[in-house]
Amino acid sequence: MSPEHPVYLEDKLEEIRDSGRLHYRSKSLPTWCPGCGYYSMTEGVTWALNEIGVRNEDVVVVSGIGCASRFPFFMETYGFHTLHGRTLPVATGVKLANDKLTVVVVGGDGDGFAIGGGHIPHVARRNVDITYLLFDNGIYGLTKGQVSPTSAIGFTTSTSPFENHDQPLNPLMMLLSYGASWVGQAYAGQPEHLAKMIRAAIEHRGFSYLHILSPCVTFDKTDRTYRNLDFSVRNLPEGHDHTDRLAAIHEATKVDQPAVGLYYVEKRPTLSDTLDEIVVRAGGKPAQQAGAG
Amino acid sequence: MRQALEGSQAIAQTVALCRPQVIAAYPITPQTHIVENIAKLVADDKFECDFVSVESEFSAASVVLGAAAAGSRTYTASASQGILLMSEVLYNIAGLRIPVVMTCANRALSAPLSIWNDQQDSMAVRDAGWIQLYCADNQEAVDTTIQAYRIAERTELPVMVCMDGFTLTHTLEPIDIPEQAQVDEFLPPYTFSRALDSRNPITVGTLVSPDYYPEARHAHHQALLNAQDEIIRAHEDWSAISGRSCCGLLRTEGDADAKIGILTLGSVFGTLYEARAAHPELGPVRLIKLRAFRPFPVAAIQEACAGLTDLVVLERALSPGGGGIVGNEMRAALAELPDAPRVHSYAVGLGGRDVPLDIYARALAAVDAPTPERFAVLDAELEKLPAADR
Ligand SMILES: Cc1ncc(C[n+]2csc(CCOP(=O)(O)OP(=O)(O)O)c2C)c(N)n1
Ligand code: SF4
Ligand SMILES: [Mg+2]
Repeated sequence: MSPEHPVYLEDKLEEIRDSGRLHYRSKSLPTWCPGCGYYSMTEGVTWALNEIGVRNEDVVVVSGIGCASRFPFFMETYGFHTLHGRTLPVATGVKLANDKLTVVVVGGDGDGFAIGGGHIPHVARRNVDITYLLFDNGIYGLTKGQVSPTSAIGFTTSTSPFENHDQPLNPLMMLLSYGASWVGQAYAGQPEHLAKMIRAAIEHRGFSYLHILSPCVTFDKTDRTYRNLDFSVRNLPEGHDHTDRLAAIHEATKVDQPAVGLYYVEKRPTLSDTLDEIVVRAGGKPAQQAGAG
Repeated sequence: MRQALEGSQAIAQTVALCRPQVIAAYPITPQTHIVENIAKLVADDKFECDFVSVESEFSAASVVLGAAAAGSRTYTASASQGILLMSEVLYNIAGLRIPVVMTCANRALSAPLSIWNDQQDSMAVRDAGWIQLYCADNQEAVDTTIQAYRIAERTELPVMVCMDGFTLTHTLEPIDIPEQAQVDEFLPPYTFSRALDSRNPITVGTLVSPDYYPEARHAHHQALLNAQDEIIRAHEDWSAISGRSCCGLLRTEGDADAKIGILTLGSVFGTLYEARAAHPELGPVRLIKLRAFRPFPVAAIQEACAGLTDLVVLERALSPGGGGIVGNEMRAALAELPDAPRVHSYAVGLGGRDVPLDIYARALAAVDAPTPERFAVLDAELEKLPAADR
């Protein structure tokens, strides 16, 4: 922020009020710790929904259990707080029942890649038309700071007091190889870029996976901090071909310098398209026309 | 040595004294402190063990299943949704007759989502074929954990030690942690009779045809019933070593000639115990604490209830559409008696609702009702509900 262009709180608040995005925020104030990366997510999602112009009642936010999963409380949309790790199948059901809904799934790294890890490949390969925002703080925040499958080697937590020795997962590489049709990465410390990525992910028709690097300021003082991420996060190289899955996987291997941006996108029939096609082939009417909702 | 310890810390230290070789767990409130304390003890080289922080309760139960089948002494702990997620494996462990010991830090079930205490989680897996022992206080949880290994290893049945979440797990109490030598004397190194052994290969978990399935289930049931003797013996033997006594299958307290009894499981017993002492004017009352819920100790229960005209059952669980889980089983157990007491069945303290001392007077007041209540949630404030749900 240059001293010639100071930003005044009043101006910022007015800008937010005028933007119309508060329309998507519920009256509940977030209960996250001050400084938690997750605040950027509510800002990003409300901004994106407002830009897209979708009606509140046409949005369903599905979450699991965790700090990240408190998200639906803070949104003035339909919310679904499911069980720990079970977001994706529930969201699949919601979408199948009513294809017109915008379904946004939010959850933490533990929710998505530990206890719920088995669901991800199947939503990706079926190309369910939902958006998965994975808030990755590399720790179990809600249960007060245990090691997670995305914690770095050497990271000390209450369940890895001897230092974590398990190789962390590489979620981007996993999603790319599972066949997700939209894969991107963003960083909570870059809220404007994050918001744009959220918008693009929601607008994608098919399964979009946005990996969001986010500091847990309370239980991680050493590893995934703003200071470290500010230093290491870079943009995808200029000219990265986001239609080239192998190039995307190659970028995803560079974990020490995580790159934000759109890794990969492809157009492919969604699960609903495929199911409709079966119905049509059998001589029936596709679900939307049949009035499923 | 007597120390002021949080329940979870005491359990972690006790588990270490039992020398398990493999521990696997996934964190969940209110079990988390147990696992965190164990991780710390391992990291501080206070005991040697393979500790894995796995990716779910499903994995935790599966890891200890594999390790125990291969002959290790094992441990895991969970609560609530974690117990439900484990349930498929819990049945498997028990059906395979693998001696595993675990702690259930009792917590309510979803939905509605609650992190607070009741006993609906362990009750939900009451038919899994595990021995279930409920503890009234943290000292008892410590002593029961040690006994659980002896019972499991001698009966080749898994044992779930149930302790109320927060009420016990997060409460500081003066607790006697035994000496290593005492535990070693009670729990010598263990060899599992059917441990996987490459010289004598066997396959665990094969398909059983209808020719043998009923017999396998019968044998499992019989093994649980027979385990009553081992539960009593483990308590006696450990009492002789530790100098402390809680109880075997159950404990009765108070007037032998009382006509009214109150039975409960877990920490509510302490509340009733205090209340009874504070309210002699409410008349003679016999308190019964059920420690073993599986196996269900029918003979001991009948003996403990002899002479009662009324028995109030207070439990932190219910079976929606069925009523009191323990209450109904008590009715069935007592029905055989010539002068069977009337059973008044109540749930209390669901989802962490406080169970205050006056629950004692309320339970006794219920006895005066002309017809015993089949079942009710004693402390539900029905005015909060729409008329149709009352
Ligand atoms: C079946 C089950 N096991 C364990 C838990 C306890 N639990 C709640 S949230 C959580 C982990 C949260 O970590 P993450 O998903 O990364 O979300 P964060 O809090 O970091 O946002 C755990 C272990 C649970 N609720 N259900
Ligand atoms: S514990 Fe960590 S993840 Fe949870 S709200 Fe606080 S800072 Fe955010
Ligand atoms: Mg997390």
